[in-house]
Amino acid sequence: MAEKRLKTGSDFTWRDMEVGNIVTEAGNAGLRRTGDWRSRRPITDKEKCNKCGLCWLYCPDAAIKLSEDGYYETDLFYCKGCGICAKVCPRAAITMVEEEEK
Amino acid sequence: MSRRIGLEASFAAAEAARMADVDVIAAYPITPQTHVPERLAEMVADGELNAAYIPVESEHSAMSVCLGAAAVGARTFTATAGPGLEYMHNVLYVAPSMRLPVVMVVVNRALSAPLSIWGDHSDAMAVRDTGWIQVFCQNNQEAFDMTLWAFRVAEDPKVLFPVMVHFDGFHLSHVTEPVILPEQEEVDRFLPRFHYPFALDPDKPMTHGAFGPPDIYSEAKIAQEVAFRKSKKVIIRGLAEFADIFGRHYHPVEPYRTEGAKTLLLTMGSFSETAKIAIDRKKKSGESVGLINLRLWRPFPFQELRRELKKAETIIVFDRCISFGGPGGAVCSEIRSALYGESEKPRVVSFIGGLGGRDMSVEDFEYVVDRGREIAAVGSEELFATVGIRGEVTGIRG
Amino acid sequence: MTEKAIKFGKNLVTTEEFLAEGHSFCTGCGEVLALRLACKALGRDVIIANATGCIEVCTSPLPVTSWRVPWIHTLFENVAATISGVEAGLGILMKKGRIPERDIKCVAVAGDGGTSDIGMQALSGAFERNHDFLYLCFDNEAYMNTGIQRSSATPYGASTTTAPAGKFSIGQITWKKDMVKIAVAHNIPYAATACPSYPFDLMNKVRKGAEIKGPAYVHIFSPCPTGWRHASDLAIEIGRLAVETGIFPLYEVENGRYKLNVDRPNLKPVEEYLKPQGRFRHLLDEEIAKIQERVNEDYAKLKANVAALPA
Repeated sequence: MAEKRLKTGSDFTWRDMEVGNIVTEAGNAGLRRTGDWRSRRPITDKEKCNKCGLCWLYCPDAAIKLSEDGYYETDLFYCKGCGICAKVCPRAAITMVEEEEK
Repeated sequence: MSRRIGLEASFAAAEAARMADVDVIAAYPITPQTHVPERLAEMVADGELNAAYIPVESEHSAMSVCLGAAAVGARTFTATAGPGLEYMHNVLYVAPSMRLPVVMVVVNRALSAPLSIWGDHSDAMAVRDTGWIQVFCQNNQEAFDMTLWAFRVAEDPKVLFPVMVHFDGFHLSHVTEPVILPEQEEVDRFLPRFHYPFALDPDKPMTHGAFGPPDIYSEAKIAQEVAFRKSKKVIIRGLAEFADIFGRHYHPVEPYRTEGAKTLLLTMGSFSETAKIAIDRKKKSGESVGLINLRLWRPFPFQELRRELKKAETIIVFDRCISFGGPGGAVCSEIRSALYGESEKPRVVSFIGGLGGRDMSVEDFEYVVDRGREIAAVGSEELFATVGIRGEVTGIRG
Repeated sequence: MTEKAIKFGKNLVTTEEFLAEGHSFCTGCGEVLALRLACKALGRDVIIANATGCIEVCTSPLPVTSWRVPWIHTLFENVAATISGVEAGLGILMKKGRIPERDIKCVAVAGDGGTSDIGMQALSGAFERNHDFLYLCFDNEAYMNTGIQRSSATPYGASTTTAPAGKFSIGQITWKKDMVKIAVAHNIPYAATACPSYPFDLMNKVRKGAEIKGPAYVHIFSPCPTGWRHASDLAIEIGRLAVETGIFPLYEVENGRYKLNVDRPNLKPVEEYLKPQGRFRHLLDEEIAKIQERVNEDYAKLKANVAALPA
């Protein structure tokens, strides 16, 4: 099965354009890997975390998700590394660490 | 039983919108269009028309409200004139590129400065490139007929382009002429209910008006242009269907007594009727002349025009607007362009007149034909000729 | 993960994201956070009209869209007119029985430029005609998407590219246009300010504005790390300081009656708010004093309104 990837203009000939350039596939920008923007990433200390959910609430990128175990996990595919989560955490449970050189 | 009553073109157009059961009207008053929104407002106030009447605060908003209404699937109508058409210029481009089928009556009026409330075609010529389907009316019956037809074409799922119906300010908008109004049942047969396939709907969320980065904008515009050209098929079919139901036949290019004519006069709008009388007089005197009434302005009917024009020796094109420092007569330049590729080309002469409400008499059109033939024979220093300007016109050079 | 909503005290916030992840807003953008929260308050039954600006550009580059609700962008200057058309169209189609009767909220989204400058005429018209719509102004205090040019919402003393601080200039020499006052002057049923640093207050106001019949206006403070030149993790803190210093008070005006949502016995000095932002870095003490004086005045006027016309 072909891997889904973000559509770009180069994929389209003029015949492929939808009438009025209307985008009928809701939310299809969701394949953009904004995690590539990151220079720092958040690390959560589960010992300190009280599952308050404020990191989830304040993430501008909706990159923090509620896990099965009730803790919150950062989706590194999207996380831009802004550090807001670390700033708002009332338990200082999140630290921003430098992304490693590839 | 269809009725024949005296109506101004403005009232005729309003009546067409009413019979078409428009859903949303958003209009701003401007002379000489005012009778159109006024009549519609009366109809709504008296319960004759079930529509949302939005008295917007400017023409720019009039067209913007129309976009929003059409996008949810409402049958949408507006009207404007001259500077009002210009005030919505930015929005005009958006309607066809977003494929929103708005119908708009344009009561042709001169653009400032100096301020003129009177008729000419400078407003229409300024919006040539916007991507709207555009037709011109010769009389009040056509104002009714073309408005009705406009909905049929605009809303056709193979078209979905907005349509402008042009008719002359004051000469038609404020003059009462007999108009045959059809039965509602006939209108309902002609005009199906509007169904917009991309209507904004929480159950089917779509994005309208995404922006075009350089790697896709060109493809979007080519797609629009190809679709726009294709719409001609439905334009013709719509006119044929109209003829079938209402018995009045309209065509993109309408020749008048052109068989064997060496000289053709080409006009648009209400002045075509005056010019036809001039042609009649000249033909009575044995002159080899004829007239072409250009009805469909956009998409430009290249094929039909070539067919009608190439047999003549001289074409005299009468424009009601100056394209400053450029081709002079805008319509004339398009006619020249249509004929350029022909191996045998008639001579094309440009005439400009009827600016800002300056009337044209039958004698004026006789003069245009005479002087036009003369210019075709001996040439002229001026890029275009004029009629009715006090003081000899010189200095129109390239 | 099947949790439909997350509880914060007595607030229930849906986990549904109406704006897809992977949008191209700047790192740490306060505006998209405010938008994300507003969308949660609005739910699915909306139609959004969006003016040109950061939100429109970062969510809809052809051929993709971040939007999971019906959305339309036409131009920069006409969002209030576009949404008026949507609202009127829906209303008449329901009235004529062409589409089923249902509750669909008509929402306009615009920035400060598209509201207080080029969009003012259309907004005033939409207010006056009493359309049933909610207008959300996301105010990042300049034309940010085009590169930080000044708007009439840019605060006094801020440096922007078209009103830059320089040898003979302190940057913006005019005071921020008060859009809520203008909205109130139109006698609309609801106008309010909001800030993403107070997320539940913001969501409640958006929900309230959407539910109220007639025009509603919510002016949302949107910290912009790129344009305001502060660290990418400071949007929430800056937003709090704006409220705590009185620079951006949180209040509502419902049918002309005032309610102050967050009040402090003593406002923090404005300097605390100005300091972390590069756009104010050039300001001398005397200018900061002017700003402080003005904030004191305006806050006192607001409190007088609250006292004279309490909700």
